[in-house]
Amino acid sequence: MKLERCQDVFALLSQYLDHELPADLCDQIEAHIADCPPCVAFLESLRKTVELCRKLQAGGVPAAARDEHRRALQEAYQRFLREHGGCSDSSNS
Amino acid sequence: MDPARSDAALVEDLIAGRPGAFEEFVELYWPKLFQYSYLMCGQREDAEEVTQETLLKVFEKLDQLREPERFKAWVFRIARNACYMKRRKSVFAPVQELSLDELMPVTQEDGDQRRLEIADWSSLPEDIALQSELRERLEAAIQSLPEIYRAVLILRDIEGLSTQETAEVLDITEDAVKTRLHRARLAVRSYLDEYLRTAGART
Repeated sequence: MKLERCQDVFALLSQYLDHELPADLCDQIEAHIADCPPCVAFLESLRKTVELCRKLQAGGVPAAARDEHRRALQEAYQRFLREHGGCSDSSNS
Repeated sequence: MDPARSDAALVEDLIAGRPGAFEEFVELYWPKLFQYSYLMCGQREDAEEVTQETLLKVFEKLDQLREPERFKAWVFRIARNACYMKRRKSVFAPVQELSLDELMPVTQEDGDQRRLEIADWSSLPEDIALQSELRERLEAAIQSLPEIYRAVLILRDIEGLSTQETAEVLDITEDAVKTRLHRARLAVRSYLDEYLRTAGART
């Protein structure tokens, strides 16, 4: 595969950012973008998009809701331990 | 909480009933599952229910987990099914495909120069938490993606699952994960580019 046009490069940029491309394709992309400002700008905007998505993680979570549900979860967990032999009720062992 | 501790170690402690394992697990997975469900279902109330249902099911089925090192994929599979149940009305919605050609930018030849119509991305803040408008735009962009792309982007880029784990959760090939992820990212990029241009025009 030979990357001749910007469109060929654009098509592979996610895999490039994720280090999922074979070395020869990486080299070709790097050779192309070294001399192609539009591809650099596009790559940077894609990189930033991925970065922003990663930072979205775990924000805006309602702590109150989580605490409210914790009791039911604790009960489900204790049931699991009783039925499948965990060691938290160590007083029995 | 030790961030470097693996899921396999955590689940081992959970199964053994070691002190603190339950709290650590809920602290770690509640926010992850809430975020995933919210972006998948679009409603905070639904997301809360899906998160709780998923975690209850995890405790119900924990004895059936055969490979602790695949715990994360196993949990998200349960969450995926809970989301499908919540969204059963739209199960029959036709699958929408995103066309690569439409998402790719067009470069123009200008003499020897190649040009690309693109917003100024350097104006974007580094910390999205400080910028609620941008955060809302990004969430809206993700929620506007057709479901098959949205699911991949959330698992890979937001929840940090590997390509292999994502393929496992969604029952698709790793190649399909890569293809859909690229289109999803291009679509979100294009949405943000549009937003930055109009925001730039306003200031």
